[in-house]
Amino acid sequence: MKQNILLLCILTILASCSKDKTTPATDPNEKGVVVLEFDNRAGTDDLILNNQPYRNAAGEQLTISKFAYYVSNFRLITASGQVYTLPQDSSYFLISEDNKTSAFHTLYNVPAGDYTQVKFMIGIDSARNTMDISKRPGVLDPAEGAADMYWSWNSGYIFAKLEGSSPASTDAQKLFRYHIGLYGGGFNNGPRTLNNTREITLTIPNNGKAIVRRDRKAQIHFFADALKMLNGTTNVSIAANPNVMVTPFSEKIADNYTQMFNIDHVHNE
Amino acid sequence: MRHRYWWGSGMLLPLLTTFIITACSKKNTEPTPEPAKNIAFVKPAGFPEPVYRLADNPVTTDGFALGKVLFYDGLLSRDGTISCASCHIQANAFTHHGHDVSHGIDDRLGTRNSPPIQNMAWSTSFFWDGGVHDLDLQPIAPIENPVEMDDKLNNVIGKLQRNTRYQQLFEKAFGSPGINSTRMLKALSQFMVMLVSADSRYDRYIAGKETFSEEEKKGLALFEQRCATCHKPPLFTDNSFRNNGVAPRPFGTDSGRYKITLLDEDMYKFKVPSLRNVALSAPYMHDGRFGSLESVMNHYDGGFYPTATLDPAFKNGFSFSEPDKKALIAFLKTLSDKGFITNERFAPPPGFVQGD
Repeated sequence: MKQNILLLCILTILASCSKDKTTPATDPNEKGVVVLEFDNRAGTDDLILNNQPYRNAAGEQLTISKFAYYVSNFRLITASGQVYTLPQDSSYFLISEDNKTSAFHTLYNVPAGDYTQVKFMIGIDSARNTMDISKRPGVLDPAEGAADMYWSWNSGYIFAKLEGSSPASTDAQKLFRYHIGLYGGGFNNGPRTLNNTREITLTIPNNGKAIVRRDRKAQIHFFADALKMLNGTTNVSIAANPNVMVTPFSEKIADNYTQMFNIDHVHNE
Repeated sequence: MRHRYWWGSGMLLPLLTTFIITACSKKNTEPTPEPAKNIAFVKPAGFPEPVYRLADNPVTTDGFALGKVLFYDGLLSRDGTISCASCHIQANAFTHHGHDVSHGIDDRLGTRNSPPIQNMAWSTSFFWDGGVHDLDLQPIAPIENPVEMDDKLNNVIGKLQRNTRYQQLFEKAFGSPGINSTRMLKALSQFMVMLVSADSRYDRYIAGKETFSEEEKKGLALFEQRCATCHKPPLFTDNSFRNNGVAPRPFGTDSGRYKITLLDEDMYKFKVPSLRNVALSAPYMHDGRFGSLESVMNHYDGGFYPTATLDPAFKNGFSFSEPDKKALIAFLKTLSDKGFITNERFAPPPGFVQGD
């Protein structure tokens, strides 16, 4: 299997090299396809729910039963700084480890270009959080995709969810639950409150490019490391904080999840 | 026939009269318009512009009818026993009279007193802590609260989608087949925004159609002086959050607005409730601790528990004499709106059983 993948990679690289030379992006109306793939990880390893033990930076053993998050407001940026912003209405993705199809999101009608960076938001912006319910279909509908990612009592989306169990947990059932949301308040002239949305910009490694042309498809392969919700500027101890939801501490986990993503590689087909 | 309860005696008579009148005049005049059976939201004189975006969800006869059926249907709860109306009873201005905190499913107890549902179109936030900012999103909270209806919105939508009666009601209300969360929530909002209370004895007194006793007049004057900043007419709330000094409980203290904003200055603050129909909606305060208006008056007579966020109005002494309390209570009783609590339009459908 590994050999096949390697072979495929080499072929892809060769193919992309040859195509690079033949088709520079010159037609301003040329459009192509980009696929975003979100691959959930635990440190250096593939994330396996429920059964596989992991260890956090605080040294606590844990298993993960749920890992889900929203990413939104995508922008693709070329080396020369040209920015393509996804249409806002179709710019919200919910990735959940227990739903494999949620890992892939195909973007159509992306202007041709050689993109080197991707900018996006972890979470859901305040405007969408307070928008009329009719403007929140699909993954944003509390009766559909958002059924497990929405606080009804404090209306707003849960941006990232990490649940599991750990012998270190001080919870009665040895569980831990990290539900991180809060978009900053401010509705109806109310006060500004904690804002756990985070914007990040990722660069395709090794001077790679996502090459978007009429006749090809670029697939950007992201890694999302679930353990980074716990490890980072604050190493979260499950013993000390087995449950974090609407509390000031949620900000620490939000700061951690800014480091959760990276682009591992790009396939140019 | 599905709407039979609509045409209760309150509606039938005027409608019949309209029919007769139009029938009589028909012979001599232009073709007459359909009898006015349509429901529409009307802003009462002297009220501000509604906050709710009525233009995005105009109230229609069939939308309101659907909202009412939903409001009175236990299908919205996990085991079919709890409807919105279980804790929001018309006779008590749509609150749960006699319960400090409401009984939900399996008789589980909540932690807060269920507030009246009235004049929702002017409310800038919902619940004692203001955690919900849009009336359309409000019903999700009790549906999903484990001590209230304990279901999930997606499950409730599924139950509605499988129900042929609802399939018809939704199609009628929205002009095309289909049941989804937006439609369900918009229909409930249409019912709730129509629950307008603006015809109490106070309103008629202000309009010059009613007289007050000397005691009621004294109470009104006192109210305007001492209470109206927060309980601002005509809504009798300024929609703000304040700590009015109700003593924290030794166990399980409710931090109120703080739970939502996580701002220290919001600790122990709760939404200023409207005082319309206050005499009908006992008990009082966020946890329903006071069973009578007399107790409420005694609270506002120097009964404030000092915490850092206590409202400035109460920090340097605030009290009432016994005669003042009596006059204030006499005035508060003029805020009861008999037409509102007996309006057939809002009344339970036939066969609806009100639990305790």
